[in-house]
Amino acid sequence: MTTLDFDSVSVGDELPPLEKPPISRTTLALFAGASGDHNPIHIDIDFARAAGMPDVFAHGMLGMAYLGQVVTHWVPQAQLRRYGVRFGSITQLGAQITCTGRVLEKFEDNGEQLLRLEVKASDENGDVKLAGQAVAALN
Amino acid sequence: MLDRNYIGHTFPAHSVPVEVGRLKFFAQAVGESDPIYHDEEAARAAGYRALPAPPTFVFSLNLAGTDLAEKYVPMGIDLARLLHAEQQFEYFSTICAGDVITLESKVADIYDKKDGALEFAIEETTATNQNGELVAKSTQTLVMRNG
Repeated sequence: MTTLDFDSVSVGDELPPLEKPPISRTTLALFAGASGDHNPIHIDIDFARAAGMPDVFAHGMLGMAYLGQVVTHWVPQAQLRRYGVRFGSITQLGAQITCTGRVLEKFEDNGEQLLRLEVKASDENGDVKLAGQAVAALN
Repeated sequence: MLDRNYIGHTFPAHSVPVEVGRLKFFAQAVGESDPIYHDEEAARAAGYRALPAPPTFVFSLNLAGTDLAEKYVPMGIDLARLLHAEQQFEYFSTICAGDVITLESKVADIYDKKDGALEFAIEETTATNQNGELVAKSTQTLVMRNG
């Protein structure tokens, strides 16, 4: 990872996008185990159908983990101060998520030089699944 | 209906050791390509004490040992109609393998929109390490779809 310099970063700069493989049932089973979110709506099609859903669907936190990678691959995690998202719509099985980000604002707070990043995760149809902001410090 | 008497309710605090194997499993499950999340040497070379827990892992620590139904059904949440609406994290230092994190959560608010068709519960969590230092805060907004 190249070290970012506050002065060389500009508002509007885009982070390198990150493309994830299609979300499969295996993805969801592994994420349920690894994340500790065992809500059956994500892994048990019988439960999902009984709840009126056509099928299981992805954990919101899977998308948030994906989207976090676009940030931490650009700025080291130790420099991350805040990260938040709103979940816009359900991420369906098979969705192919692309994560993008750009620099929204440069500011200083509490003696730190900070970047506010806008981040979003979209599926293969361009539907935004989750979107939010991250704040990272640059030294 | 969510039980508004739960506003201000605190869930029992619990402490969770941050395990290397669990972090590696998580990194694999989310297709993490950065070696610092898989390989201790790479993590140390990047300046971390041990494998770092990725930014959203606080959420998983809070779920550790938690039965979702046991935790949420008493306040009126139906897992079949539950969605995650919003999630915010604030970080004060990086959680690494070997840490023991104590999580304390409370229901900060419960409210509805669209005449009760959507009900929201906000849960605020603090994560404190084995030295008593606040390492992260988490705010999750859950939504129940009653429509």
